Amino acid sequence: MKSNLLKYTLSLAFLISTMLIAISVGSVSVPIPEIIQIIGSEVFHLPLGDHVDPKFISIVYDIRLPRVILAGLVGASLAIAGAAFQGLLRNPLADPYILGVSSGASVGAVSTLFFNISIPFLGMYTLPFLSILSALATIMIVLFFAKKIDKTMRVESIILTGIIFSSFLGSIISLIIALTGEELQQIIGWLLGSVSMRGWKYVGIILPFLIIGGLLLLMNTRELNAMSFGEERAQHLGVDVEKRKMLILAAGSILTGAAVAVSGTIGFVGLVIPHLTRKLWGPDHIHLLPLSIITGAGFLILTDLLSRTIISPQVLPVGVITALVGAPVFAMILIKQKKAKGR
Amino acid sequence: MLKVENVSGGYDGETIVKNIHFSVGKGEFFGILGPNGSGKTTLLKMMSGLLELKQGEVKIDDRSISDLTKKQLAKKMAVLPQLSPQVFPYTVKETVSLGRYAHHRSFFQTWTDEDENIVQKVMKQTNISHFQNNSVMEHSGGEQQRIFLAQALVQQPDILLLDEPTNHLDLAYQKELLDLLRTRAKEEGLTVVAILHDLNLASLYCDKILLMDNGETKAVAGPDDVLSEELINHVYQTEVVKQPHSQIAKPQLHLLPGKKSEREGEQVKIEESMLSISPEQIVLQSKQPLKTVSSGVVGAGAGWYSNFVNRHVDANYNCTNHREEMREYLTNHGFPISQTVGMMTAVALEDNSYRVYEGDGFSVMIVVTAGVGNAVDSTRENSSVARPVKPGTINTWIFVNGKLTDEAYIQSIITATEAKAQVLRDCHILDAVTKKPATGTSTDSILVAATQQGKEIDYAGTATELGAIIGKGVYQEMKQSIQHYFKRKEMHDYLSPN
Repeated sequence: MKSNLLKYTLSLAFLISTMLIAISVGSVSVPIPEIIQIIGSEVFHLPLGDHVDPKFISIVYDIRLPRVILAGLVGASLAIAGAAFQGLLRNPLADPYILGVSSGASVGAVSTLFFNISIPFLGMYTLPFLSILSALATIMIVLFFAKKIDKTMRVESIILTGIIFSSFLGSIISLIIALTGEELQQIIGWLLGSVSMRGWKYVGIILPFLIIGGLLLLMNTRELNAMSFGEERAQHLGVDVEKRKMLILAAGSILTGAAVAVSGTIGFVGLVIPHLTRKLWGPDHIHLLPLSIITGAGFLILTDLLSRTIISPQVLPVGVITALVGAPVFAMILIKQKKAKGR
Repeated sequence: MLKVENVSGGYDGETIVKNIHFSVGKGEFFGILGPNGSGKTTLLKMMSGLLELKQGEVKIDDRSISDLTKKQLAKKMAVLPQLSPQVFPYTVKETVSLGRYAHHRSFFQTWTDEDENIVQKVMKQTNISHFQNNSVMEHSGGEQQRIFLAQALVQQPDILLLDEPTNHLDLAYQKELLDLLRTRAKEEGLTVVAILHDLNLASLYCDKILLMDNGETKAVAGPDDVLSEELINHVYQTEVVKQPHSQIAKPQLHLLPGKKSEREGEQVKIEESMLSISPEQIVLQSKQPLKTVSSGVVGAGAGWYSNFVNRHVDANYNCTNHREEMREYLTNHGFPISQTVGMMTAVALEDNSYRVYEGDGFSVMIVVTAGVGNAVDSTRENSSVARPVKPGTINTWIFVNGKLTDEAYIQSIITATEAKAQVLRDCHILDAVTKKPATGTSTDSILVAATQQGKEIDYAGTATELGAIIGKGVYQEMKQSIQHYFKRKEMHDYLSPN
């Protein structure tokens, strides 16, 4: 038995080190002790040492820190959403991207931009709100169709339906882009997924949704454990399956929708991180969800760092890196599953 | 305890289960039987609250299950479903612990000592504690079945529903699982409702059985009434034969493979030429096994046998384990024990007498070896008086080329025994102690074997043709054999007078 303390210490150590490295590395390199001092002074109003270069303060506080935090929040949202979808659907291949939820959220976001929708009272939250709504609608439709095709909702049926909806929604996005003409580069860049040049405002947009969605899921960890054995089994164990399922789907959609709204579609984080976390620390959702949050945050910070340094000064969309890592992992899980079934 | 009242329902528009009505008492083991598609699983899903009822009510302790919350229901009733493949590598203990879900009031309630104690106790009872830290996925179907049974039991339910729990389990696991359930039912008052597909297992374990066909009730009663040949033949559209279990008072059903003509196999007729007689043994070997009822040393009771051996042993034959010695003898002489009826006699086998008697559409061969050295009157009071050991045993074989009922077998034995008593009286053979006519010797054996082909013969009392032939045949052959015996004895006495 691996002790819980060890699980969380190692995961947090990973997150903190990726954060420090990501803030440190760039066109101008900032030494780590300076980073700690700057954050200490800005956040906790500790006295700043005299030897800290003032230009570092701006680089750290205005550019790198918000970027790293945004990457972390997006990674955390996608990872916990993925973990929850996987448990709920008893499917280690479920992921907001593969299920078409990300595409659904994108359609909501792109439509908001295209039609220039602004809902009164919501203000800057209009975009994430509509992203979340279309994410929720998409997952419901995908599951409805999957059930129509195959009553037992086998893993493959759900994935196939998700992929079909992804491409369908993708073409709707393409259609909208073709109609826009201007701002083309910007929308495409956004679609490929990026956390660059977003600033503190975007951190403010995603944070409330991560808290709401995250808490909702953390309150359903035991139900997720039960549902990993099948919906009927869960009901026999005393779980109010219909209600819990709706809660979990809604929370997953909130998290995915908000992540897409601030960073576009970043695929495979929700697949790779829960898988890795489960492999390392076990499938119990009581720990799987919080650990996925921590590891997912660290992972996206790391991939974002790679995306802006690997062919520097060019910046790659972070979604490219996650897909490069994620697709082979997806294939690996699929092969392993087939093997296990063939036994 | 559990009441199912006029329940109907199914999926979407289709009504699969129609008007089912029964009740199960506390601690009862209730079985649900029926052919595939008869609505058993649908009924179970309605009873466990997974499927809405279209009509009727399911009540636990007089409360409708639709009035209970999911958690309240889970504390009253647990379900062991059919095994489905696992996706995530939960440990055995994690899996079992999930059964405590319904006992936790909210998200904030933590794992208590009570939870831990119950989980450990149930894991011990289901014999899974030694691998509690392994992943569920590593284990075989039988072990997974036990793990999920443990999960259901830590719910501490009053009622346990099971859907074909013995599916995919091998013989030992089936028994182990059902034994465990029955112990739980009898000792702790757990009410068990199980869909079973094996009629004979259901007969052994169920107190009451619901037999379903096309979603309707065919019978709700004890195993003896539900498992009748007529009902089962009708519901399963398959011919079965009902027999009592040989060890316990429960019925068992036997399938009859193939068509009638295929079952009978090659035609066989028992004839005199099939006997081979030597001073050591009289043997009859049949190409097809014969249905035999006998009181031999080996192969006694009822069974199907193709070798029949009457072996001569010395008058002083004394072996502490004569059964074992006889088996060894038969094996050494090339007779497989499982296909052989073996008898012993101290009488000289040359004193045999045999003949075939023809009846209308059947025939009977009777073979007798007789010696009356220790003839007794079976009605005398004290039979344990020590007496000189003289060779004396009457072994009677009756082979019938025909198809006998169980009654006919028993009547054949009665008729043959009556004939024997008559022979001994007519030969003036007396009990050495009481000086009254003897009725037999103290070590007589009898064998009735039939080919079970050809003419069906229902009875063998003395008023029937078969009975008459057996009576006459046994009388004649035995008398002749006894005459041979006396002749030999006179010769012997004459040659060595003392």
